[in-house]
Amino acid sequence: MSTVAMKPPAPAAGRRSKKRTSPGGGIGRYLLIRFLLIFPTIFILVSMVFWLMRTTGDPITAALGGKLGPDQLAVLISEAGYDRPIIIQYFEYLGQVFTGNFGTTISTSRPVSEVLLTYGSATAELVFYALIVAFIVGIPLGMVAAYWRDKAPDAFLRVFAILCYATPVFFAGLLLKLVFAVWLKVLPVAGRATVGSELEMQFLPDKTGIYFIDALKTGNPALFGDVLLHAVLPALALGLLTAGVFLRLVRTNVIGTLGTDYVDAARSRGVNEFRLVSKHAYRPALIPIITVIGLQIALLLGGAVLTETTFEWKGLGFMLIEFIKARDFVAVQGIVALLAVIVALSNFIVDIIAALIDPRVRY
Amino acid sequence: MTTFTETTHAAKAPLWTRLPVVHQFRQSVGLQRGMLLIGLVITGIFILTAIFAPLLAPYGFSQLRGDGDPFGAQQAPSGEHLLGTTVGGYDVLSRVIWGSQTAIAVMVIAVVLSIFAGVALGLVSGYFGGWLDRVLVVICDAVYAFPALLLAIVMGIVISGGRSGLWGGIFAAAISITVVFIPQYFRVIRAETVRIKAEAYVESARVLGASSGRIMFRHVLRNATRTLPLIFTLNASEALLTLAGLGFIGFGIEPSSAAEWGYDLNKSLSDVTSGIWWTSLFPGLAIVLVVLGITLVGESLNDLADPRLRSRRAPGKTTGVVAATSVVPGGTLAAGPGGIEGLEAGLSAPDPHPNDDPFEAK
Repeated sequence: MSTVAMKPPAPAAGRRSKKRTSPGGGIGRYLLIRFLLIFPTIFILVSMVFWLMRTTGDPITAALGGKLGPDQLAVLISEAGYDRPIIIQYFEYLGQVFTGNFGTTISTSRPVSEVLLTYGSATAELVFYALIVAFIVGIPLGMVAAYWRDKAPDAFLRVFAILCYATPVFFAGLLLKLVFAVWLKVLPVAGRATVGSELEMQFLPDKTGIYFIDALKTGNPALFGDVLLHAVLPALALGLLTAGVFLRLVRTNVIGTLGTDYVDAARSRGVNEFRLVSKHAYRPALIPIITVIGLQIALLLGGAVLTETTFEWKGLGFMLIEFIKARDFVAVQGIVALLAVIVALSNFIVDIIAALIDPRVRY
Repeated sequence: MTTFTETTHAAKAPLWTRLPVVHQFRQSVGLQRGMLLIGLVITGIFILTAIFAPLLAPYGFSQLRGDGDPFGAQQAPSGEHLLGTTVGGYDVLSRVIWGSQTAIAVMVIAVVLSIFAGVALGLVSGYFGGWLDRVLVVICDAVYAFPALLLAIVMGIVISGGRSGLWGGIFAAAISITVVFIPQYFRVIRAETVRIKAEAYVESARVLGASSGRIMFRHVLRNATRTLPLIFTLNASEALLTLAGLGFIGFGIEPSSAAEWGYDLNKSLSDVTSGIWWTSLFPGLAIVLVVLGITLVGESLNDLADPRLRSRRAPGKTTGVVAATSVVPGGTLAAGPGGIEGLEAGLSAPDPHPNDDPFEAK
């Protein structure tokens, strides 16, 4: 966790050391190399998941083993092609993933890609809300802690940050639910919207699945409010987890830049203290922060699985758990493979942003 | 024959002050010492609870009845059940106490396994380099970037098919977590190995005819393990969170085999909606406290290892170690993975006549 937060140039340099090219490569060359590196990452993760899942046997026996007789199972297995040599199945699977075909679920007989499209938007929405919470809470508080380093505000905020990290996201969710939904009754207990709102949005002509946008399209303020109220607790639970990481990251890096000569120079020119922290010290501290946000996407997606289960937020994570319960490993494999693609892509985007901001990152 | 001059070291401090945690504790001041102390106390209580769980817990973790009468489900906290009972009719306090045993078992197994695997891979990869190194780096980068919980879920399916008894469950959880952590150790040890490999004393050893294995384990490994205590503490807390996460989504250990906090939280999910708070609050608090304690220790150790974050003593009390930070050439604080300690090691390492050719002396 915090090991990545320490030295400004180190995270970038460490992750890129393996692909150093001759100097003077330029941004275009960097973009190309970085883009090509997405493929081995996805390839490795997809292959790993495939081989790991297959060591347990074929998905049909896993899902229906207790329910059907051996004869019926054998028919289904050969229909689905699971009786062929596993290496052939592997290459076939790679080809399918490459064309965006993640197989068909066993428990619901739907294409996995359709499941991903239907529920992916809900997860994306949740992760987006959580990131907003994390930014709003984490970054200013991190600056406060850095400025009053080793004083009372710093001590308090550091304990807060560690508590954010130490609290499992589902426990935070349960506590928030208990206080705001059950005792105070000011926020809904679970779900993405009330049944009525969901029905109304169901019949929108071109619905996106992102309730925030769909609710705006209906033009019904009550419905929009309903959707937002449902998002508050899940966003807080997931957002606070990440806010703690951002707080520590901003604190560490701003402490580093606050000690530099140009901050002293700015101070001696009479730049006021607020501007000193929020501009002069914060800007250069941004690079390592952006790099780590890439890694946070992975943490957020993992946290989303737990948050969605806690709040019955019907996204990919919620469905993943449902499929695990049904022992539908084709669907599990599809969701995990898709998340691997998302993680690889978001790391790529973050690296590009870092390179655009800081020329030193390129090589 | 060549005569090696012993590098004279400054008089060494007594052994116990050089032990990992003791050394850092003596080095710390003020707020940092307070945080480290609180962390150590919480961690100590946790370990003691796990050891003495059979004595501390009023009932067994799978006990449903006392004196012939069933406990009853979802009983509010009372004199008989200090923290109430769960939906399954277990005593909450007892399960919280017994849960510490499961937690510590998984943490220790996961961290020890990942240290062994990660250190071995990192050492071999960094020392020999070549295509093996490249392949391992790409694989570890891919695994490192992936959500830990998802990987653990996949591993859980592979190992236990999702449900299991006491040791099966503990090992399934621990190995799932191990796979997630190996890349972290791998990266750190590999980076250190690549750095140390270029040191003159490694070259001297090679010239003297030491085998690769001897160089790796005697010369490189001994110097590369400096940062391990930090990752160790950070990973221990992450291991517990992953275990709880696995338990929460239903990869738990059956309640009759062992007590596991994440599993209990999962079962309390529906209680919360009806206002029953004791079944979720206490297992959750146990997780938070243990992670908090271990993280406080890890954070403090981490900060103490990084001179930019270490609170300075008053000048009069400065020890030799702190004074050494002032000789760092500008801008190289982030040089090695060991930070300033990496540079210090370079300064104090036995390095007799680095430029001499040993054969010339004959």
